Amino acid sequence: MPDTTSRMVTLRRRFSSTSPIVIAFIALILGLVLGALIIIFTTPVILNAWRDIFHSWSSPWHAVKVTADNVGAAYRSMFTGSIIDPPGLWHSITTGKGWNATMTPISETLTYATPLIIASMGVGIAFQTGIFNIGANGQAVLGGMAGVAIASMLHMPTIIHIPLTLLAGLAGGMVAGAVPGLLKAYTGAHEVIVTIMLNYVIYAFLLFAVTSTFLQQPGQQNDISRMMDPSSQLAPIFGVASGLRVSYGIVVAAAVVVFAWWFLDRSSLGFDFRVTGANPTAARASGINSRAIMVLVFLISGGLAGLAGIVQAASTTHFIDGGFLIGNAGIGFTAITVALLGRNRPMGIVWASLLFAALGVGGRSMQASTGIPLDLATIIQSAVVLFVATPVLVKEIFRLRTSPTTTVQLATKGWNS
Amino acid sequence: MRLELRGITKRFGSFTANDQISITVEPGQIHCLLGENGAGKSTLMNVLFGLLHPDEGEILINGDAVKFENSGEAVRRGIGMVHQHFMLVPVFTVTENVVLGFEPTKSINRVDYKKATDDIRRVSKEFNLDVDPDAVVENLPVGLQQRVEILKSLSHDAELLILDEPTAVLTPQEIDALMNIMRSLAEAGKSILFITHKLKEVKAVADVITIIRQGRVVGTAQPTDTEGELASLMVGRDVNLTVEKSTFTPGEEVFEIRDLVVRDDRGLIAVNGVSLDVRAGEILALAGVQGNGQTELVEAIAGMRHVESGTITLRGRDITNESPRQVLDAGLGHIPEDRHRDGLVLSMSVADNLVLNTPRRTPFARHGSRNLTAVRQNAEQLVKEFDIRTTSIFEDASSLSGGNQQKVIVARELSRPLEFLMASQPTRGLDVGSIEYVHKQIVDHRNKGNAALIVSSELDEVLALGDRIAVMYAGKISGIVDPSTSREAIGLLMTGTTSEVARA
Repeated sequence: MPDTTSRMVTLRRRFSSTSPIVIAFIALILGLVLGALIIIFTTPVILNAWRDIFHSWSSPWHAVKVTADNVGAAYRSMFTGSIIDPPGLWHSITTGKGWNATMTPISETLTYATPLIIASMGVGIAFQTGIFNIGANGQAVLGGMAGVAIASMLHMPTIIHIPLTLLAGLAGGMVAGAVPGLLKAYTGAHEVIVTIMLNYVIYAFLLFAVTSTFLQQPGQQNDISRMMDPSSQLAPIFGVASGLRVSYGIVVAAAVVVFAWWFLDRSSLGFDFRVTGANPTAARASGINSRAIMVLVFLISGGLAGLAGIVQAASTTHFIDGGFLIGNAGIGFTAITVALLGRNRPMGIVWASLLFAALGVGGRSMQASTGIPLDLATIIQSAVVLFVATPVLVKEIFRLRTSPTTTVQLATKGWNS
Repeated sequence: MRLELRGITKRFGSFTANDQISITVEPGQIHCLLGENGAGKSTLMNVLFGLLHPDEGEILINGDAVKFENSGEAVRRGIGMVHQHFMLVPVFTVTENVVLGFEPTKSINRVDYKKATDDIRRVSKEFNLDVDPDAVVENLPVGLQQRVEILKSLSHDAELLILDEPTAVLTPQEIDALMNIMRSLAEAGKSILFITHKLKEVKAVADVITIIRQGRVVGTAQPTDTEGELASLMVGRDVNLTVEKSTFTPGEEVFEIRDLVVRDDRGLIAVNGVSLDVRAGEILALAGVQGNGQTELVEAIAGMRHVESGTITLRGRDITNESPRQVLDAGLGHIPEDRHRDGLVLSMSVADNLVLNTPRRTPFARHGSRNLTAVRQNAEQLVKEFDIRTTSIFEDASSLSGGNQQKVIVARELSRPLEFLMASQPTRGLDVGSIEYVHKQIVDHRNKGNAALIVSSELDEVLALGDRIAVMYAGKISGIVDPSTSREAIGLLMTGTTSEVARA
C-alpha cells in the first residue's frame, strides 16, 4: 500500500510539532502578543490605569480590565473589519438582509489577497529554484504598465480583450524578469543586485510613462494613466451594485495556484527547478542545463509578478498612477515575505496571502475605529515572518520536541550561498 | 600512560551511540579500535577527548578518575588527537603551527621561535619523524603534514595519542612510514589508540584489537587472527573479502581518451596529457593518491569541466566538451566521488533521487508532465532489487545511511541503459557490508560484458576490481600495470616513479 505509506509520511510531518503549519500558527500568536504589547505601551489610557494602581490605589483589576478592553477592541475591529462581524452575520441570517455589508470585510480581504497570491507564487517558484527574485515589484509595475497600455489603447470584445490584457501583463513581467535572468546566466551577475537596481529603472519608467503622451490621461497634468477600457476590466463577481469589490481576478489567482501546484509537483521542468534549488551541483551532474533554468525561472517568476500587477489594476483602480505599487502597496515586496511564510508551497502561499491581506484590511478598520495606526498591522505581519524564519526561537519558547524525521529546512538559500 | 574507560555510555535521544564500552590501554601499547563507520568509534573518541560528555561511565588516567569539560583539559592531561582532517594553517611553517596557541614567550609578545624550533628538532629526531621545522606546511606532502600533527601533540607532552583513521590519505609507502613511527612512539612508552576500519593495518601494527559494533564492544582479537575473522567480527556475519570475477575476456574498445588536458578551479593544469582506453568486459581501475588530477579527469569525462585539448570518445562518438545531458544520453553512467554534492538531492525523496537524471525518459514523464505512478513503481522495484534499506520510498534521501545512499546512486545508474560506467571512489565512507555489495554490482556489470572505469585512492579496491590498473600522479599516467603487480610497485608509481623503475 504505497499510497497509504506516502500519506502517513505526509501526515506525520504535517502534524508533528515542528511542522510549518504549527510553527506558522504559533508565530501568528506571538505576533499578536507583540502587537498587544505595543498597544499597551503606546496607549495613554492603559498606561494611566496601571499608574493609578500606585497613584490613587485603584484596583489592579481595573488596570487589567482597561488593558483587555483596549487591546480587545483593537483586535476585534481587526477581525470584524477583515473577516466577519458576528452580529452582522446573525442579522443577515435571521432577516435575510444586509448580506452585502456582512460580506464586505471578506470581499476586501480577498481583493487584496488576489494579486498577492499571484505575485507570491512567482517568488515562491524562484525560491524553490534557489533564486532570490527581489525584483517582483518592478516586474509587477512593468506588467501593470504593459497591461494598461493594451487595455487603454484598444477596444474589442471582452472575451478577447481581457485575455489580451492579462497576457500583456504577463509579457511585461517576463521582459522585466528576462534581464536579471539573462545577466545571471551569461555573465554571473548577482540577481539580487540586478533586480534591486532594475526596480528603480522601472519606477522611473512608470513616472515617465504616466507623465508623457505614452500613458498619461488626456487633459490631465497629474501622473495618472489613461483608464482601462471597460471591456478589459476584471468585473466584480457580484456586480458593481453589490459594492463587493471581489473580482474575477480571483479566478486568475485560482488558475495560477493550480498551475504552480502542477508545475512544482508534476511537471518535468518543475522537477528540474526544484533539483536546481535543492542542490545545484547535483543538478548539473544530472544533466540539467543551469543556464536555461536561470532564464526560465526568471521568465516564470517575472511573468507571474507582471500578471499580479495587471490583475491589481484591472480589478480595483482601472488605471495606474505614479504611486502604483509604491510603499505599502508594494505587493512585489510583500510577496517575498508571503512566500517565506508559505514555505514556497502553493497552498501555503494561499493561506499566507489571505493572512497578510486580512491583517492589512483589518488594520485599516482598526485604524478607523480605534485610532491605532495601520502600521501596527505591518508590525504584526513582519513579526510573524520573523518568528517563522527563526523556528529555533519559536521551538525554544514553546519547548517543542523535534519530530524524528523532520529537519529544519531553510526556506531559501538567499544570496546564492 | 595507562588509560581506562569504564562502562562509557553515550546516548543521543533514543539512540545509544556507545553502550557500556570498557577499554584499557596500557603504557607503550598500540591499541586498535576496529569498527565500521557508524559503529561509535568517533563518539567514543570525542568522549575521551572532552568534546562530548558521557551519560554513564568514567575515564581513568593512571588510576585516577578524570572528567574533561573540554578538549583543552584533555590536552593538559596528556591526551593528543590527530584528526582525520588536519588542523593546520597551510601558509605557516611547521614551527608556527606547532606552537600555535601555546607559544613559548621570551618576554611579553615575543615568541621564542628558537626554543620552539630546537624543541621540534629534538622531538622529530627522537621519534624519526624527519620534519624540517622551517618548512611551510602547504609545501609538505600529506604524509609529512600528518607528522606535523603528531609533533604538535608530542610537543604538548601527550602521553596518549589518538589517531583517527590516519591512513585514509596516505600512499602505501607513507602508511609503512607511519607504522614505523607508531612503533617507535610505543617503544618510548607512549600509548596509542589507533582507530581504523582497515584490516591490513590493524594486523601490521596492533598489540591489542578491540572490535566495536553498533556501539558495543563485541570482542577482542589478536593481530594473528586472519582478516576474514576480523571482518566477520566487525560486521557480525561472514564476509566475502574477495570479489568473484569471471575470466577476463576483453572485447572491442568502448571508451577512449587521448592526450587530455584539463585545468582545475585555480586555472592550473590538473590533467596533463592523459590517454586511456577501456574495452568491453573490462574494469580499468585508476589508482593514485587523491589530488593528482583524478577528480578533474572524472569531471571532464562527465561533461562538468571544460577540456583544454585532447578527445574523449564513447562508442566511437566524440563527447569532448559536450554537456552533462548529452554525455548521460550517450550512455555514461556516473557514480560521483562526492555523493552528497553531485549524486543526490538529500532533501528529496528516495523515489525522486532514483530518477534524478532521467526525469524526462519514458515512462517517467509524458508531454512535460511527470508520471508519478511510474516513478513510484520504478522506486519500489529498485529498492527491492538493490536492497536499499529505507522505511519508505517517500522518505528524504538524507534519512538513509551512507551505504544505502550509495546504493540509491548505484541503482539509478545501473538501471539505465548504459554504454560505459564510471565510478569515482565508489565505496568511500561505506561499511564493509556495503562495500561488498557495491563491488559485486560493479563486477556483475562487467561480467555482463560492459566496460567500466573505477577511480579510487584505496589500493585494496583497485586491486580487487581492476582488470588493468592505471596509476595517476601529478596529472599524468605514471604507469598501467597488471593487477598481479605488487603493492609496493604500485605504491612507487603513486609517488611518480615511472613504471620501468618500479618494475626493476
